[in-house]
Amino acid sequence: MKEETAIHVKNLTKKFGAFTAVNTISFKVKKGEIFGFLGANGAGKTTAMKMLIGISTPTSGEATVAGFNVNTQPESIKKNIGYMSQKFALYDDLTVKENITFFGGIYGLTRKQIKDKRSQLVEELGLQKIVNELVSSLPLGWKQKIAFSVALLHNPKIVFLDEPTGGVDPITRRQFWEMIYKTANQGTTVFVTTHYMDEAEYCDSVSIMVNGKIEALDTPKKLKEQFKASTMNDVFLKLARG
Amino acid sequence: MSISVNNISKSFKGKTALKNISFEVKKGELFGLIGPDGAGKTTLFRILTTLLIPNHGEATVVDFDIIKDYKSIRNNVGYMPGRFSLYQDLTVKENLEFFATIFGTTIEKNYDLIKDIYVQIEPFKDRRAGKLSGGMKQKLALCCALIHKPKVLFLDEPTTGVDPVSRKEFWEMLKRLQNKGITMLVSTPYMDEAAICDRIALIQDGEMLEIDTPKKIVKHYSKTIYNVKANNMYQLIKSLKSYQHNYSVYPFGEFVHYTDTRTDFSPIDLQHYLTSKNLKNISIEITQATIEDTFMELAK
Repeated sequence: MKEETAIHVKNLTKKFGAFTAVNTISFKVKKGEIFGFLGANGAGKTTAMKMLIGISTPTSGEATVAGFNVNTQPESIKKNIGYMSQKFALYDDLTVKENITFFGGIYGLTRKQIKDKRSQLVEELGLQKIVNELVSSLPLGWKQKIAFSVALLHNPKIVFLDEPTGGVDPITRRQFWEMIYKTANQGTTVFVTTHYMDEAEYCDSVSIMVNGKIEALDTPKKLKEQFKASTMNDVFLKLARG
Repeated sequence: MSISVNNISKSFKGKTALKNISFEVKKGELFGLIGPDGAGKTTLFRILTTLLIPNHGEATVVDFDIIKDYKSIRNNVGYMPGRFSLYQDLTVKENLEFFATIFGTTIEKNYDLIKDIYVQIEPFKDRRAGKLSGGMKQKLALCCALIHKPKVLFLDEPTTGVDPVSRKEFWEMLKRLQNKGITMLVSTPYMDEAAICDRIALIQDGEMLEIDTPKKIVKHYSKTIYNVKANNMYQLIKSLKSYQHNYSVYPFGEFVHYTDTRTDFSPIDLQHYLTSKNLKNISIEITQATIEDTFMELAK
């Protein structure tokens, strides 16, 4: 059986003037995989991610995301992926219901589809009491769970999550990861960045970026063996400290 | 006592942010305030740094009353807010000079205190603060909060969104400051950082859940925790959650932390159950509770 590739990156590079933010990185992500994209602040993760989601043009190199080329088909990529970040996910001054309707519309869902999706989300996440509340009034954990579901409204092939659990309480953080597992289990590829190293252990594969390059890429188990470390935190400290 | 808080409450437009908070921080102590976003940590910081007035209760910082003696407190404490709040269009050096001047001192006078940290950003001293990387901003903010040699330092989530390496380095810096006699109140959402503090308070929804040393806090956890592992994490979590005797099921790195409702729990029963759910390579072993386990149990 042939395994499908969701993301295929080959020698991807991004330079800003004389500074190379992303330096000839290459990797593959399989369909339905949870791929952890780790690295220290300033290592180039965000720049790399921006190229993969079609909002930044590479200086050189290639990447295919959900079957589309980042250099020539960035608009098709945007339609076929979901994205959420810690910094921006939902509109604070719209209600939960309005956010779902708004993003559903952006993703081109019909009114009927939006209505069905909305009922489904309300049911699954237990939003009955808060569906008409402004997003600004909700705890961060709730916002992030809803934002993740909104990023999946159009059944994207891949979802990109940029530090989705930063600052979230430990129980909600785990509920969030159960949602990630469920999503991956249904065949959606999950590309996720995090600073919680216990979360790195939840990933099928983990890559670690250091100064614009991918210095390690494997399953958490093999990375721990390779770096003779007992936890992913130790692997990270060994690598990023040089 | 460096900080003494007695029954502080604060609400905003009917929404309670803090409920009857009481605790003390001893002189020279590194005290951690551990809790998620929205727990009330920032409100508490703002009250103790005299930027907000509580609805009820009293507090003193270096023996000054937070309401009557607010001016004295401002001269004696350093505050590093969660959001970068230096002047973005001043350079590194200008920011530092500015803060030294408003506190009536000079960089030279207290250079000893910030030296270790400042040398790391000195190569960029003519760069505007707004153009610094996250880690650099954080170091500059710490220097500015220290330049008047405060007796107490308040650090509100200094490591949120910071990678594990920089986080470790930052806590090492705090440890060195502690050796120089500065009392610190630090908040963080990262439970693993709690272990570095002398004492910690766990806070959620405006209430203190527990205050103790990190070692003693985990001893308050009364149940036996098992590390459970199998070939498929998602199936494992689902199966454990549908197991009728489960008390708690939390993913924890490569394991799931499992506790059972029965006192005569036998791992073999669980092993059989998981096997019946088609899981393979099952292992079940007793493990120690962590601060995160304790927090989740208290917050349940």
